[in-house]
Amino acid sequence: MTTSPTASLAVRNCFLVVDDHDTAMAFYRDVLGFTVTQDVTNGDFRWLSLATPTQPELEITLQSVGIYPGSSPADREAMDTLLAKGLMNPLIFQCDDVDALFEHVVAAGGEVLQEPQDQFYGVRDCAFRDPAGNMLRFNQRLDQG
Amino acid sequence: MHRDDLVRLRRARDRMDRDYAQPLDVPALAAEALMSPGHFHRMFREAYDETPYQHLMTRRIERAAALLRHGDVSVTDACMAVGCTSLGSFSSRFTALMGVTPSEYRARAHGAAAVIPPCVGKLADRPAGTRSGSEKRRAGVPA
Repeated sequence: MTTSPTASLAVRNCFLVVDDHDTAMAFYRDVLGFTVTQDVTNGDFRWLSLATPTQPELEITLQSVGIYPGSSPADREAMDTLLAKGLMNPLIFQCDDVDALFEHVVAAGGEVLQEPQDQFYGVRDCAFRDPAGNMLRFNQRLDQG
Repeated sequence: MHRDDLVRLRRARDRMDRDYAQPLDVPALAAEALMSPGHFHRMFREAYDETPYQHLMTRRIERAAALLRHGDVSVTDACMAVGCTSLGSFSSRFTALMGVTPSEYRARAHGAAAVIPPCVGKLADRPAGTRSGSEKRRAGVPA
């Protein structure tokens, strides 16, 4: 049997831009329960990766908005502006109990964007801002038992 | 614009997205953002290309449209549920944004939509007059 060279592909790494690594790490690690898988500092550059409990191989890497590789000062300023305005791309998670998750994050002081709500396309979801200004959404499939 | 101001504007915008059903008004939002109403209005428009009031009403209309898609909610109930107190201004704003009256929208058949993340779905169901025809067709809204 021949296996396609693309058959084994999976997402391994995704990136979030943050203005402050320590504040962001505290949120992802202490509130969302993620594991820090890498934390390497080289001068002003810091590579900090976290993983969710169910996907230890998928690294969510926090990158500093001020030190984005290969960007001009104007680019950095533009990205920082987008982050501050909350216009960067969101990250969307799934979970088994979105209401319980919502209460947990609220109790920890999370910045609510949307309370749990049934969406017509088959999920119940809520949304928060992370401390840097990224939108995080949490979905629960409505057809789960 | 200073970063601190941008973050305050974002929080005000998030508050409208979160608490749209409450009786929010621009002077109160401006006070929370530590700005005068006029300054807040100008800064918000500069940052987001719409006024705070436009953003709030667009958000309310989006949510009202979501309620009306179910078909079992009356136009008046949808209006009140999203924080609008005047049926007249609700209807005229709805019609301006959606291209049809709330009653017409409610009566229309709404097929199953694709699984679109809400942040994107909000955009897809946000006919603020700037979307292309192909985007309207994808969203199931006649041009």
